[in-house]
Amino acid sequence: MTDMQKLYLLVPLAPLAGAILAGLFGKAIGRAGAHVATILGVAVAFVASVFVFRDVQAGNTFNGTIYTWMMAGGIKFEVGFLIDSLTVMMMLVVTFVSLMVHIYTIGYMSEDPGYQRFFSYISLFTFSMLMLVMSNNFLQLFFGWEAVGLVSYLLIGFWYERPTAIYANLKAFLVNRVGDFGFLLGIGLVAAYAGSLNYAEVFAKAGELASQEMAVTGWPLITAICICLFIGAMGKSAQVPLHVWLPDSMEGPTPISALIHAATMVTAGIFMVARMSPLFELSDTALSFVLVIGATTALFMGFLGIVQNDVKRVVAYSTLSQLGYMTVALGVSAYSAAVFHLMTHAFFKALLFLGAGSVIIGMHHDQDMRNMGGLRKYMPITWITSLLGSLALIGFPFFSGFYSKDSIIEAVHGSHIPGSGYALFCVMLGVFITAFYSFRMYFLVFHGEERFGKAHHDHHGDHDDEEPSEDHHHGLAPGQKPHESPLVVTLPLILLAIPSVVIGFMTIEPMLFGEWFKGVIFVGENHAGLKELAEHFHGPVAMALHGLQTAPFWLAISGVALAWFFYMVKPGIPAAIQRTFKPLYVLLDNKYYFDRFNEIFFAGGSRLLGRGLWKIGDQGVIDGVAVNGTAKLVGWVAQISRLVQTGHLYQYAFVMIIGVFVLLTFWFNRG
Amino acid sequence: MTDIPFLSLAIWVPILGGVLVLATGSDRNAPLARILAFAVAVAGFVVTIPLYTGFDTSSSAMQFVELQSWIPRFNINYHLGVDGISVLFLLLNAFITIMVVMAGWQVIQERVAQYMAAFLIMSGLMNGIFSALDGVLFYVFFEASLIPLYLVIGIWGGQNRVYAAIKFFLYTLLGSLLMLIALLYLFMQSGGSFSILDWHQLPLPMEPQVLIFLAFLIAFGVKVPMWPVHTWLPDAHVEAPTGGSVVLAAIALKLGAYGFLRFSIPIVPDAAHQLAPVVITLSLIAVIYIGFVALVQTDMKKLVAYSSISHMGFVTLGFFMFNQLGIEGAIVQMISHGFVSGAMFLCIGVLYDRVHSRQIADYGGVVHTMPKFAAFFMLFAMANSGLPATSGFVGEFMVVLGAVKFNFWVAFAAAVTLILGAAYTLWMYKRVVFGKVANSHVAELEDINAREFAFLAILALCVLAMGLYPFPFTEVMHASVDELLRHVAVSKL
Repeated sequence: MTDMQKLYLLVPLAPLAGAILAGLFGKAIGRAGAHVATILGVAVAFVASVFVFRDVQAGNTFNGTIYTWMMAGGIKFEVGFLIDSLTVMMMLVVTFVSLMVHIYTIGYMSEDPGYQRFFSYISLFTFSMLMLVMSNNFLQLFFGWEAVGLVSYLLIGFWYERPTAIYANLKAFLVNRVGDFGFLLGIGLVAAYAGSLNYAEVFAKAGELASQEMAVTGWPLITAICICLFIGAMGKSAQVPLHVWLPDSMEGPTPISALIHAATMVTAGIFMVARMSPLFELSDTALSFVLVIGATTALFMGFLGIVQNDVKRVVAYSTLSQLGYMTVALGVSAYSAAVFHLMTHAFFKALLFLGAGSVIIGMHHDQDMRNMGGLRKYMPITWITSLLGSLALIGFPFFSGFYSKDSIIEAVHGSHIPGSGYALFCVMLGVFITAFYSFRMYFLVFHGEERFGKAHHDHHGDHDDEEPSEDHHHGLAPGQKPHESPLVVTLPLILLAIPSVVIGFMTIEPMLFGEWFKGVIFVGENHAGLKELAEHFHGPVAMALHGLQTAPFWLAISGVALAWFFYMVKPGIPAAIQRTFKPLYVLLDNKYYFDRFNEIFFAGGSRLLGRGLWKIGDQGVIDGVAVNGTAKLVGWVAQISRLVQTGHLYQYAFVMIIGVFVLLTFWFNRG
Repeated sequence: MTDIPFLSLAIWVPILGGVLVLATGSDRNAPLARILAFAVAVAGFVVTIPLYTGFDTSSSAMQFVELQSWIPRFNINYHLGVDGISVLFLLLNAFITIMVVMAGWQVIQERVAQYMAAFLIMSGLMNGIFSALDGVLFYVFFEASLIPLYLVIGIWGGQNRVYAAIKFFLYTLLGSLLMLIALLYLFMQSGGSFSILDWHQLPLPMEPQVLIFLAFLIAFGVKVPMWPVHTWLPDAHVEAPTGGSVVLAAIALKLGAYGFLRFSIPIVPDAAHQLAPVVITLSLIAVIYIGFVALVQTDMKKLVAYSSISHMGFVTLGFFMFNQLGIEGAIVQMISHGFVSGAMFLCIGVLYDRVHSRQIADYGGVVHTMPKFAAFFMLFAMANSGLPATSGFVGEFMVVLGAVKFNFWVAFAAAVTLILGAAYTLWMYKRVVFGKVANSHVAELEDINAREFAFLAILALCVLAMGLYPFPFTEVMHASVDELLRHVAVSKL
């Protein structure tokens, strides 16, 4: 094994070692021991990733096996690494954001009794996510895929005494399993028809797969594979209609909302599709499917962000909407733009979540924006960093989000596949909506009247499945003021704010228009992708200046202005609109009734079906009729035959004579 | 080395050891009986290890063969041997026996010697089933193994134990009788041989093949159990003591599935091909129908029992697709299910020993008082849901992959277990372990002791080892499964 290969191994194994130390020996090493061990592990992974990055920059890539997991059916199942530009970019994002979240957790979870357990989980998550992105085959991809799902499940339910948390984590796991159902079938199709699970080998056979039809169903094979795989991505990356778990996942502690449910895990689906570009490029049907799902998510989840009052939920819906943007980019073959947005989003969304967490600490675990206002005076660092994050999110020129989002919109503009018209409408209107709800939150939290310390609402947010408030949501007492968070919380905010502002400016050229993804991301000749955009690209400054004259910019500005007008100038308007368009508000407030439908149709329906099969099928028919019926039949025959045994000799003799007579008759007649 | 009759040792060490334990007599000597039983169980496991280490993975032939004349008049032989399909089950069986002895250490206070002896003898008899190459020998072991299990349920079981024991006995007896008829018919047709390997080569017309297949299907289907002859299993599990449930789930259910591989498929391959759609349909019904039934169970043991049936549906499904991934996946699933379902029943036993209830509703918030237990239970629950990196994933994954190759819709239906398995397992876990402390019983719970920690940790290691590196398990079976597939591909008509 070369030194470089050892370094690759070190990247996932260092966080794993931290997780094991903190998880199994948490009592022995104590709280400080746990955070030192895990932070050290992640820091080592980050530094090693930087070295790997420089190596990849120098042109060295790697594709090799670590060990053979199993051999069966002529297929080699392996665990191995594929280190290329896409992998190393993900490695940097994952380890950097994870490191920030680890440091932040010291402050955020300082009073929690499950301190060591929490550090163990987030380090375990980092390990799983790294295994996912570094994989060179479908099997390990699925391993990482499920492992991050497991850790997400454990972390959403971290406060396991809360009914809402353990409801949310079960829901998250099961909804993800619906996606995995498709994903597994997709992997099965790849294995069955390509005879391998290794990316390179499968991609080499992509053309062959594209010309085939499936055996029994007669569907075009490549389309079936891509759609099955994408269903997996819909679960993990929370696309409509499998998005329902993500808002509820906010029940977990805020650091993991930032790490798992914004920056990294939920982008695994995007990453996966980008990785599979040689397959997706061969099916326009699958791409259209991806595009329409993504566009729907981008716009309609954005709408829901408008009516939320819980700070974390606003950010959660904005995450859904931004994941929709990434998916749209995939649909129009702008894979590098999707991955680019994935990266910028990881920074600014982690920043916004951690900022929201800082606000929550400052508000003594009150998450309701209606109880906030004017916090900028008390929490200056949180305020400035959140403002920067919001500007990045709405795509303000020169901020990182501008470069990635504008590229996506331009790519949709240039696309001609079915659904691209609808997608363009969605992403354009989405810009306005994003700006509106982001700045609605920004103004409600940081500006305006100070509403805290008054008789505060007992509930945080107004979601219907919410139990009465727990001791975690006490909020500020009358007269109490919010306070800025400690350095371990604000330092990650500052460190995340820097890339949120500059990373787009710095990297757009190599990532989208340069050679960075050459040979990794594949765009077919018949798809526009980013070609048109590349022709008009004259450097990031020119792009930003040009952006000032385009529609998305003005849509964003008008969103901000409207938010300012509604929530700063005329605070009575939103309530009036809410009254006037009551049915619309109710529809949004109930999240388009997805949850209600799933609860009644799928959850209730399954229980009803299960009970029916059990009571009627098992107990009624099989046990009642067949098993016990057989027993009864035997008993009945016994009773009848008992009648014959009367004990009277003359009856026996009579029957005997009759019998002999019948037999004799029969015998003589035969002759 | 090769002269040592390891198979006979694997059979007779536990049986004779069991008789020895029985000889310790009344409960005054219970401590001695326990230690002796543990020693015998360990010895029984040790003698199976050479079967793995000395196994030639490149050969599909029977290995460690022993052949002695038993009843010369009917050409019945004491004929033993293992191949890549059966060898792992001897190890699993001997291993599970140690777990069972440990699990019954404190809980069983009455008739300790008899309890331990029953399990040891049963373990030996089951090793006999997995290694018998003579039809009559197989039948004797097969039937004899029913008796200890019947006694375990009937004596140390719950309130309704007699009903459950009789239901269990009659159900399986019905199947056994049909099997006996089939065995006798094969004896006649083969010109007076009871050798199973001879029967594999015996040409048979279609009609008798179908009849033999059906007889075996009922005999082995009851044992697996397959839908719709499964209803004895939940009752038996609910009434059985923890050890009984563990052996029932981990080993006894495998006997039927093993029978398909040793008898039905190689002896009547044409009928097996012809009737494969029937078996596959029944298997898929088991996977989905039983999955839904498991979802609504209120009794933890019943829930895991139904989950067992659903998982065994994967096994029969894997067999009858006649491809390598399917059959090997099914065997892997059987081994894994031995670990996982055994562990699930042990976990429920740990709770039952403390609270004396199996009702989900009597629990809630167990994690507050039993954090170590909750961690183990989580791992096994995840394995039961088929999470990758646990053993539960490997078999299901292989069978689904095999099914995609076979017929996409079969794979589609089978993959539903991904959702259902997680739903019923984790929903139970949530209600039992998470949440606030539900009542005073839960508040007073004590976390697992060193002995309980030991057996749960050993099983956890097995579950993880098999999930992270299944290579050594599948490596053993390749040659035999390949040979089986080659054999089945040739018509006997």
